[in-house]
Amino acid sequence: MTTVTLTIDGIQVTVPKGTTVLEAAESVGIFIPTFCHDPELSKPGACRICVVEIPGARNLPAACVTEATEGMVVYTASEAVIEARKTNLELLLANHPEDCLTCHKNGDCRLQEYAYFYGVKAEAFSGEKHDYPVEEDNPFIVRDMNKCILCGKCVRVCQEIQGNNVLDFAFRGFSAVVTPAMNTTLSDTDISNCVFCGNCVAVCPVGALTEKAMIGKGRQWEVKKVKTTCPYCGVGCQFNLNVKDGRVIGVTSADGDVNGRFLCVKGRFGYGFIHHPDRLTTPLIKKDGKFVEASWDEAIALVAEKLGAVKEQYGGEAIGVLSSARCTNEENYLMNKFARAVLGTNSIDHCARL
Amino acid sequence: MANVTLTINGVQVTVPAGTSLLDAATGAGFFIPTLCHDPANPGYGGCRICVVEVKGARALVASCATEAANGMVVETESPAVQEARKTIIELLLANHPTDCLTCEKNGDCRLQDYAYRYGIRKSGFEGERHSYPIDNSNPYITRDLNKCVLCARCVRTCAQVDDRQVLDFAYRGFNTKVAPAMDTSLGESDCVSCGRCVAVCPVGALTFTSLTGKGRTYEFRKETVTCSFCEAGCKFDLNYKGGKVIAVTPNAPGEGRPLCLKGRLGMELRYVDKPVTPMLKKDDKYVEVSWPEALGLEDVLARIKELGE
Amino acid sequence: MTNSIAEIADADFILTTGTNTTEGHPVIGIQVKKALRNGATLAVIDPRRTEIAELAHYHLQIKSGTDIALLNGLANVIINEGLWNKEFVQERTEDFEAFKEVVAKYTPEYVEEITGVPADTIKEVARGYAKAKKASILYTMGLTQHVCGTHNVFAVANLTMLCGHIGKESSGVNPLRGQNNVQGACDMGALPAFYTAYQPVANEANRAKFAAAWGVEELPSKPGLTVGEIFDQAGKTIKAIYIMGENPVLSDPDANHVIHALESLDFLVVQDIFLTETAQLADVVLPAASFAEKDGTFSNTERRVQLVRKAIEPIGQAKPDCEIICLIATAMGYPMRYNSPAEIFDEMAKLTPSYAGISHKRLEQEGGLQWPCPTPDHPGTKFLHAGKFARGLGKFHAVEHIPPAEMPDEEYPFVLSTGRRRYHYHTGTMTHRTGALEVFYPTEFLEISCEDAEKLGICDGDILRVSSRRGTVEVAAKITDRVVPGLVFTSFQYPDVPINKLTNPVRCPIAKIPEYKVCAVKIEKVS
Repeated sequence: MTTVTLTIDGIQVTVPKGTTVLEAAESVGIFIPTFCHDPELSKPGACRICVVEIPGARNLPAACVTEATEGMVVYTASEAVIEARKTNLELLLANHPEDCLTCHKNGDCRLQEYAYFYGVKAEAFSGEKHDYPVEEDNPFIVRDMNKCILCGKCVRVCQEIQGNNVLDFAFRGFSAVVTPAMNTTLSDTDISNCVFCGNCVAVCPVGALTEKAMIGKGRQWEVKKVKTTCPYCGVGCQFNLNVKDGRVIGVTSADGDVNGRFLCVKGRFGYGFIHHPDRLTTPLIKKDGKFVEASWDEAIALVAEKLGAVKEQYGGEAIGVLSSARCTNEENYLMNKFARAVLGTNSIDHCARL
Repeated sequence: MANVTLTINGVQVTVPAGTSLLDAATGAGFFIPTLCHDPANPGYGGCRICVVEVKGARALVASCATEAANGMVVETESPAVQEARKTIIELLLANHPTDCLTCEKNGDCRLQDYAYRYGIRKSGFEGERHSYPIDNSNPYITRDLNKCVLCARCVRTCAQVDDRQVLDFAYRGFNTKVAPAMDTSLGESDCVSCGRCVAVCPVGALTFTSLTGKGRTYEFRKETVTCSFCEAGCKFDLNYKGGKVIAVTPNAPGEGRPLCLKGRLGMELRYVDKPVTPMLKKDDKYVEVSWPEALGLEDVLARIKELGE
Repeated sequence: MTNSIAEIADADFILTTGTNTTEGHPVIGIQVKKALRNGATLAVIDPRRTEIAELAHYHLQIKSGTDIALLNGLANVIINEGLWNKEFVQERTEDFEAFKEVVAKYTPEYVEEITGVPADTIKEVARGYAKAKKASILYTMGLTQHVCGTHNVFAVANLTMLCGHIGKESSGVNPLRGQNNVQGACDMGALPAFYTAYQPVANEANRAKFAAAWGVEELPSKPGLTVGEIFDQAGKTIKAIYIMGENPVLSDPDANHVIHALESLDFLVVQDIFLTETAQLADVVLPAASFAEKDGTFSNTERRVQLVRKAIEPIGQAKPDCEIICLIATAMGYPMRYNSPAEIFDEMAKLTPSYAGISHKRLEQEGGLQWPCPTPDHPGTKFLHAGKFARGLGKFHAVEHIPPAEMPDEEYPFVLSTGRRRYHYHTGTMTHRTGALEVFYPTEFLEISCEDAEKLGICDGDILRVSSRRGTVEVAAKITDRVVPGLVFTSFQYPDVPINKLTNPVRCPIAKIPEYKVCAVKIEKVS
C-alpha cells in the first residue's frame, strides 16, 4: 500500500494514499467539524464547515473531499478557517429557529455544538426565515424543515443505505427543501415509498428529523442509553433503549455488529408495548371461569401442585411444554432442563416452524 | 412533634406540623417546579411557579409558603395549576433571551426545564425586552441580567452573610433589577467573589467566568469535595470534562460560615489541570497576583524558606 | 445461515426463494440492495410480486408450491450445459448420480408447465447462478411451510452443492430466521428430540451426560412430540401444557382445533407479557418480564450470540422467565437457583460444544460471537462448511415435485397464502400495542388480483368472507398486482383476522412444519 505523509497543524501524519484530509486529521485526534459528512455515505462536500487552510490552494478546501497528498501542509484552525466557519454558522443560524429551549435535539445537535464551540450567536444576519408547517402526520417521524440545514444526509442514507430513494432536494436557492417526490409527506407511502425505518432520523445532525414519540419525553442529557438486542425478527439488530426515570422513552441507533446504526420500523418505533397498560402485572388464577389476581406464592404453589399431580398420575410424558423463540437462550435452556429433568418429558418444542 | 395528614393528588400524606406543601408533596414523590425556593432559605413565595390547587382556597397558593394542614386536599397538576404555570413561564420568556444555543446554563436551567416540561416553545406575549450590558467587572462571576428571573435567591443567600449583603432589588416594575448598592457593577461593589449567588441561580443570569466556553453543563461530571483550608468544611464541585478537572465551583457553604474565595482558589490550584490566574482587588481594581499572595501564604512560605536555609 | 449477514453484500448472484426480505427482514434487505448497487444479479422466486421482486433482474413468479420443480429445473440446465462444479461434486459430495437421474426429466420446458416460469428465464437464471463466483441463496418460510418443506430445502442444498456455492465467503444457503431467538431456542434444546446444540436425546451417552450435569438419575429417552403433535394429543395422552411466551391460538394452523385442544386439557399454564388469545384459555397466567427488563442473550439468524441488557425494572410484579422457571422447579422439589443469567449461560456452555467458548463476559468485551465457538480463545465462525460438511460428505437428496396437499377446486377455487407485514411481528401481541405501528397499519387486508376482483364484483375495501374447509374469517379486500389471478394473500398478524382458522394443518412429514403457504379457499363479498 502506498502512503503519503503530510503535516497537519504541525503534526506529521502518514496515511494510505486516497485518504482525505479529514480522515487524516481525525486519525491523529485533530477535531474538524462536519455536517454533511458521514463515513458510510458518499461525499458531496456540500456544507463547507470542514474547510481547512492549505497554503498554495486557491481557497479554503473542504477537508472531507480533499485527498491528502505527499508533503501537503494543512492548518485546521487558522484565523481564516475559524472566520470561514463562523460565517458559515452565522449564515445557517440566520434561517434557523431559536428553539433550543424546547428542541428535542438540544444537547445532541451539531449546529448547537459548533455555535457554542466557535462562540457564534444567532443574530449576526437578519433576513427572511422559513415558516414551513411541521410535518407530523405519521406516528413515527416529525420533519421540521425550518430546522433543516440541507446537509443532505437523510437524502443519501435513504438512497445509499436503505435504498428507498424517498427524499431529495426540491426547488432552488432559498426555497430549496428536502422532500419526498411531488412534495408530498412521508405518510403518503404510495408516492413517497417511505418505510419509516427512521435511518434518516439517525443521521440528521440537527433537529429537523426527530422520533415523534420521544418529543417531550426527556432531554438528551437526562437519558440513560442501554445497548441491547432487538426483540423482533431474527436479524439481531442492536440499538440503544433510551431510559428516563425507569421508563423506556425511545430507541436510538447504537453501533450494532449486524446493523451498524440502521434499523427498521419495528425495531426503532415498536417499543411502546413495554409500558402498555395491557401488560400483565400480577399472576392470575382462573376461578369459576374468571381470572382472579393472585400472589406469586399462591400461583407457583398451584402450578407446582397441578403439574406434579399430572406427572404422578400419568407420568411426565403427559405434560407438553412450549418454550419460546422470543425468550433468551438462558430461559430456553432452563425450560429444556425443567421439562426433561423436573417434569420428565421430552415433549418440549416452540414455534420454530411458524 | 405533632403530625398533620392531608391528601395530595388523591394520596394520603402524613407530615410533621409546620411542613410546607412543597416539602410534603415532593416528599411523597410528586414533582413541583420551583424558581425562587431555596431549601436553605425557605418560604419566600416570590415566583409563584410552585402554585398548587387547595380545595376551598380563594386562589391557587404557593406551595413553598403554605403550611400543610390536617384534611387539606391538594392537587399539584390540575388544569388550573398547569395553566397558571404555563402563563408564568410565558411571561418570564416574554423578557428572556432565547439563546440556549450558546447559553452556559443550557442543560442545567430551570426556566428551560419547565418550558420543556410544560411545552412552552415560545412566549405568547410580545413586549419590551431588557438590553442590559453584561457585567464582566468581577473576574470570577459573569452577570447577565437580561436572563434574570428576579427570583432573589442571590439576594437572599448573600444576605445570609452579615457583613456582605451586596445584592438587593433596585428600581420598580419592568425596571426592577438585582443590583449592588448604588447600582454599581459587581466589580466595584463589596462583593468578595465567594460565588454562593452563582451556585443558587436557577437560570443563566449568574455564571462562573472560569467555565465560560469550556463546555456544556451536560458534558461535565461533578464531584463534590470538602475544602480543607479551614475547619468550616465548605463544599466545592470539581467539574470534570474528558477526565480532566476544568474548574472548581462552589457548591454549599459550611455550617455557619460563608464560602470564601481563598478556599476556592486553593481548591482550584490543587485540582485543576490548568488553573486560572488568581486576581485580587487592590485599590478597587482587580489585579493579577501570585498564588502565594492569593492564598495568603507569602509570609509562611518566606518563613519556611528561611528555616530551610 | 451458513454465511454471515454482512457477506450478502459481496455476493455477485443472489437467489431468493420464499422470502419477502425487505418487509420480513428489512435490515437484511439493506444488504441485498447493497449487493445490487455493487453490481450483483438478483433472482427472486416468489408467487407474489413483492418489493424485492420488483428490484430483481429476474422474478420467477412460480405457482405456489412448485419450488422443487423449479430448483430441479435449474439443476437440469446446469448439468446439461456442463456448468456444474465437477471438482466440488467429486470431492465433497455423494449420491450425485441418483440426483442427476431424477433431475434429467425436469427440462426447462417441463418445468415451465408446472411452475409457469418461462423456460428461457429458467435457463438464464441457471447460467447466472452457476457461473457466479459468489452465489448466495436466501430463503424463509415461503420455501419451508409446505407439505414438502424439507424436500424443498434438499432441492436448495442440491443446487448449491452442484455448483460448489457453499462453504465459502458470500456463498451458501441462508435461511433467514423470523424471530429474535428462534435460532437460540433451537440451539438451547427447546426441541423434542434434542438437548442443546442438537445432541439427540435418543443417544444414551447424551442422556447420561445431561443427567449427571442436572443431578437426576435418568432422563426420558424417547423423543417427544412437536407442537402440532402436542395439540393433537391434548386431552388424550397430553394432560397438561406449560406455555412460555407463545401464542399458538393465533400462530398455529387450524386455530379452532388448537383452541379445542387447549380447552380439553386438565391444566394449562401460560407465562407471557400480555393476556394473549392463548393465555385467556389458561388456568394460571404468570406475568413475565419483557426483553427490556432482563439480562440474557439472543442468537440471531447468522448464529451470532448477542447480549440482551436490562434497561428497566420489571413492570408491576412481573418476573423474568428464568426466575419463574426456577420458582416452579424449586416448588416441585428440584431446587433451582442462579445468581444471574450469566451463571445459567455458563452451565449451558459446559454442556454445549458449539457455545463452549462463549460467556457473557466475552460478549461484553468483544461484542457478539458466532457459533461454533468451541473454546474461549476461538474467534467464532463467520461461515460454515469450509472444507468439510458437518456430516463429512455433502449428500444429494434426489427429490421430486410434490404438489400441495390441498389444491383449488370448484368449491374452493383460490389458493390462500399467508405471511407477514412490515409493520407487524408474528401474532401482533407486541406490535399492536406500540402506539405507533398499529396506528399506521391498523387493519388487515386480503390481497386479490384485479382480474379476480372484477370477476367477483369486488371493490377496494369491500369486506370479504374467506372460507376454507376448516373455518371462515372476514377481511377487507385490497386489489393489487402483487398477486396473480387465483392467488390471495394476507398475514396472520391480526387478532381480528385470525387467518389460521383457515390454514391447513397438514405437515411436512419430516420437519413437521405446517403448509401455511397453500390452502384452498372460497371468497364471498359481504358488503
